[in-house]
Parts: sequence; structure tokens; C-alpha cells
Amino acid sequence: MATNKSQHISQQFETELQDIRSRVLAMAGLVEQQVADALDSLITGNVDLARQVIEQDTQVNNLEMQIDEECTQIIALRQPTASDLRLIIAILKTITDLERIGDEAHSIARKALNLSEQDRPKKSYRELSALGTRVCTMLRDAFDAFARFDVEAALKVAREDKNVDEEYEGILRQMITYMMEDPRTISRVLDLMWSARSLERIGDHANNVCEYVIFLVEGKDVRHLSVENMEKVLKEKS
Amino acid sequence: MEAVKQTAASTARAINIEAIHRGDKVKLADEKTCIEVKDFDLYYGDKQALHGINMTIPKNRVTAFIGPSGCGKSTLLRCFNRMNDLIDSVRIDGEMLLEGVDLNTPSINVADLRRQVGMVFQKPNPFPKSIYENVAYGLRLQGVNDRLTLDKMVEKSLKGAALWNEVKDRLHESAMGMSGGQQQRLVIARAIAIEPEVLLLDEPASALDPLSTLKIEELIYELKDKYTIVIVTHNMQQAARVSDYTAFMYMGEVIEFGATDELFTNPTKKQTEDYITGRYG
Repeated sequence: MATNKSQHISQQFETELQDIRSRVLAMAGLVEQQVADALDSLITGNVDLARQVIEQDTQVNNLEMQIDEECTQIIALRQPTASDLRLIIAILKTITDLERIGDEAHSIARKALNLSEQDRPKKSYRELSALGTRVCTMLRDAFDAFARFDVEAALKVAREDKNVDEEYEGILRQMITYMMEDPRTISRVLDLMWSARSLERIGDHANNVCEYVIFLVEGKDVRHLSVENMEKVLKEKS
Repeated sequence: MEAVKQTAASTARAINIEAIHRGDKVKLADEKTCIEVKDFDLYYGDKQALHGINMTIPKNRVTAFIGPSGCGKSTLLRCFNRMNDLIDSVRIDGEMLLEGVDLNTPSINVADLRRQVGMVFQKPNPFPKSIYENVAYGLRLQGVNDRLTLDKMVEKSLKGAALWNEVKDRLHESAMGMSGGQQQRLVIARAIAIEPEVLLLDEPASALDPLSTLKIEELIYELKDKYTIVIVTHNMQQAARVSDYTAFMYMGEVIEFGATDELFTNPTKKQTEDYITGRYG
């Protein structure tokens, strides 16, 4: 049973659900911007932007707590069932991942501050920038899938996660080589490695959001499954 | 070595997940049948109230009927012990089998049937007699007059209805002096005193306060080991809490019938979804 498009008899409940959804989307938008800015500050060495990302993390945290509170209210007062229940559960889980993404952006921004004081060999940033762009696209697609309750789009993001993982492994190998070649770079390269790690984690969180979208729309739990198994589960008749 | 460990870990995880996905959920196909309804129609005069009902009520399970007012859930429930016989204009079609026997065949003794299939209504209706006599009434009707047997059965039934501790010291006081929740449990005790196979509950808790309601629900949970219970309720949370299976009815038809946890988290029909989430149908 896909999500329901007809209106609730209780107009107030309808409004509450709409409100909470738009708030989650606002939080997603903020987090997406955080990641993009953090990445930008890392690549360009823009210190102001990095500071801004670090400051804005509180906003993300506040939104998480607000939405949490609203979900609790709805569960306590409305006892949602079926698609409404799945929506609330999916939102509760999604905002945890959003907050984590915010944390990762925060930590990338910190590394950007560290790195801004050191010299910047271009080539070591090129791969990171490519990975970052990939992750940003993935994030945007995941939030789109959430906004439109789109299972196909969600599956696409899940497929993309594998590519991100592979690219991350590649970067890791390369950076190990740098460190072996010239031990003086170790502290700098470690910062870059942590940033790459953060980006890879953000990809995982985007993937989680997509799993919640599938749960919300189809009522099927596809966590911890390979993409192939996900597709298989989705094809099965409930 | 690392690789071996990883494969082992991932298989272990896979098995685990498989179990989670399968769960220990109840499945209609695995149940024993208590009542089987086949192509059942019911008319009040010209007006058809039930349309081609097909369902099996599983044995020793709680089955809930939910649906908007006038959808036919009480009508269907009342067919299970032929309460509709009391209404002249009623005409039926199709079969209704209790333990394999059609309960609408002329050879069925209706009084016997109602002994087998007990019923409790929305409003508690104790007789204006003592608590003891209320419970013993059905047994006396059956010709049981032995004091010891009666005492034993009354105690057993009141215990079964979770009422014994509250009334054991005032068994011979009038039942009319009890609270609504106690009266309803007394009526259930009266129904189970004659040891029926099936208990039909028509809105058993809708006139009770939340705590008495919880007591009734707890009682239903305890009774299902011994009896097949069919409950009609307007309170969807109640249906979700007490029942193993739920049937959603609308306009005289069973729209969806299945395991309660499935029906309340991921119903297959849009009408069911609209009803349980409170949307315009």
C-alpha cells in the first residue's frame, strides 16, 4: 500500500502531518547546504565558510529536537496507524541520520580550518572534490526521494552508495601512498583522510534515508540488505 | 582468514535478518477453523445487509470486526448464534459452518447453539438477582442444581472473568449494585459458566471507563486459550490491542481480513487504510 493521498477527517491532524513533513524537508535542505559548504571550504580553503558551517550545526541539532518532540506529540495524541504510523517512524529515524550528516559536515569544516593553514597541493584535493560532488548528488537525490515518496529514486541512491564506497577505498590507497612517500605530509593527509571518511559516512546516511523511504511507502524493512536483495524484497507481493 | 571471518559474519547476519523478516507472526493458513462462512448473504426485507461474506474464524484466537456504523459487523456477529432469527424480515443465503456443521439447518437446536456460542452485549445486562444467581442462572437452566457443583462453577467462572477477588465476600448481594465494569465482567462470567466454545462480544467495553476497559481487554487475552472469541468494536486501538486477526467491513462486505499487526501497519486495501487512519473514504 503506497502512501495515502486522501485527506484526514481531522483537518488539524492533516495540518500537523504537513507541518512536520515540511520541517523535515527544511532540515534536510539545511543539512545539504552544510555539506556543500563544508566541502567548498575544504577544497578552497575558505575559512569564513568553514566557521559558518561549524556555527550552523546548532541549528541542525535544534531542528532534530523540535521534530522529535512533535513526533512524540503525534504518537501520544493521535495514535497514528498504517501509512501515518510509518511516516512518523520514518521521520524519527530520518532526522537522526540528518543530524549525523550535520555532525560529519561539522567535522569536515574543522578539518578545513586545520588545512587552511598549510600548503595546498592541488592533486590531493581533486579526488576528494570528485567524491564530495558524488556524495552531494546522492544526498540531494535521497532527499528528493523522501519528498516525493519515490521508491525508484530511493533504489537509485542505494545503488550509487556502492560507487561512493569504491571511490573512498581508492582515495584511501592513494593517501597511504602519499604518506609513505613523504612522512612530512602525514598530519595533513590524515586530515584529508578523515574528511574522505566523513564524506563516505554521509553517503551511508543518505542510503539509510532511502531505506526509510522504502519502508514508508511499501511497508517493507530493507535495512542491511544488498541492493539486489532489496529489489527482490520489493518485487515480492506482500 | 579475514575473508573467511567476513563471510561467516555476513551469513550469520543474513540468517538473522531472514528470521526478523519472517518473524513469529500469526498466519491464517496455519490456524484451525472454528467457524467457516461461505458466500453468506443476509437481507432485512428487501435491503441486503451482508454481501457474499467468505471468511474463516480461527479457533482459540481473537478475531475483531471493525468498520463504520451500519457496515454489517454486528449483523454478521449475530448470525453466529442465530440472534437474527428473532427478526422476522431476515432472510439468509449461503452457509455458516460451526465446527463443520451448518448452523442454519433446521435440525439445529437453537438453544443448544446459543449454549455453544455465548454472547455479551454493549450494555451490561445482569439479571436483577444476586451475583451468585446471575452466574448460576445458565447452569440452573441446564438442570444443574447440586449446590457443590454450582459453587465450584460460580467460583471458576468469576475467577475466569477476573472478578472473584472483588466479589467473593458479597456473592449474595444484588448484581445491580456493581459498577459498570464489574457488571460487564459478571455478564462475561455468566456467559463462560456454561462453557461455550465461542464467545461473541458486541462492543463489550464501549460503555466502560478506560481502566475497566483495560480489565476487559486483559480478560479477553486470558480467555483466548480456552475460547474462540469474536469481538465487534468501534475502538480501533482496542481491536489492535486484543485481536490476533482483524476483519475490516464496509457496506456489508468484508474488505480485508488478515493478521492484526499487518492490517494496522501495512493494509493492502486503500479503503482499509483510509478507515484506520481516519481519512475521507
